[in-house]
Amino acid sequence: MFKSFEPNKIFVITSKAPKYVLFLFIVVLSIGLTEALILSPEDYKQSHAVRIMYVHVPAAWISLGIFSCLALFSIGSFIFKNKNFSLISKSLAPPGFVFNIIALVTGAIWGKPTWGTWWAWDARITSMLILAFFYAMYLLAWKIYEDKEQVIKITSIIAILGLVNVPIIKFSVDWWNTLHQSASVNVLSNTSIHISMLVPLGIMTAAFVLFSLLIFLMKYNTELIKVKNKGLDRL
Amino acid sequence: MINEIILMNGYGSYVWSAFFFTLISFASLYFVTKLQLLKEQKKFAYKFSSLNVTKARVAKLQKINKEILLNTSNI
Repeated sequence: MFKSFEPNKIFVITSKAPKYVLFLFIVVLSIGLTEALILSPEDYKQSHAVRIMYVHVPAAWISLGIFSCLALFSIGSFIFKNKNFSLISKSLAPPGFVFNIIALVTGAIWGKPTWGTWWAWDARITSMLILAFFYAMYLLAWKIYEDKEQVIKITSIIAILGLVNVPIIKFSVDWWNTLHQSASVNVLSNTSIHISMLVPLGIMTAAFVLFSLLIFLMKYNTELIKVKNKGLDRL
Repeated sequence: MINEIILMNGYGSYVWSAFFFTLISFASLYFVTKLQLLKEQKKFAYKFSSLNVTKARVAKLQKINKEILLNTSNI
């Protein structure tokens, strides 16, 4: 079932892909930055401060998406004892953590001109901070524990506990009274954001997805070569 | 026009700092990851070169090892 996931087969692709992904990322990011900083209109209420949305929102979306994937691969590696799944989830963590930090920092920068404060213990912000702790614990566990079986078990537990936090983040704005407004972009229902702002938001999201793919591929290749280095020692 | 882009009605410092923070984070993560990759590739090339002929032949039977060496030669 998982034969197509074998590192020996996919390394041929993952070793060559980063240069193409990097090129695409630079192109899409350049278009996205031009749209976000120059061409998109200012908001009638928030004025130019609304432009922070084009980095804050995609970063938050992607950090949530990456953690969900990381958790699924972690659980998969624990249940099916598939070592490649653990390499995939380990390689997903660094970009996810950085996007989480970007979402928190740019959120704080956006909060000052719009809410008058850098930080508030509101449900959405607090649950995003908790997600950053889960990412940090996940990354630290891989650094601290040497035993492969033990680290897979511990990281799977961290990932499962962290996964519980993901729907809390998503629905925090509906369940509690928060400073955050409810979702403006909906896949299943009406999107309340104007097309002139939706386009740069979409382009910046695409650029961020490409960047996370680039880092994931580079990290995955590094992890595979580490495994092969150990293999050479055993020859 | 340029002044408007830089100052953004007094919100320039917030907007630009958010974008700069994002881009600096991207650049840092990219270079750290790239350095780790290069380090492992160099380690692999060094270990491979120190293998005797028989072991090197066995190692080269694996397609992935050949691929790593091919990428390492491009460094």
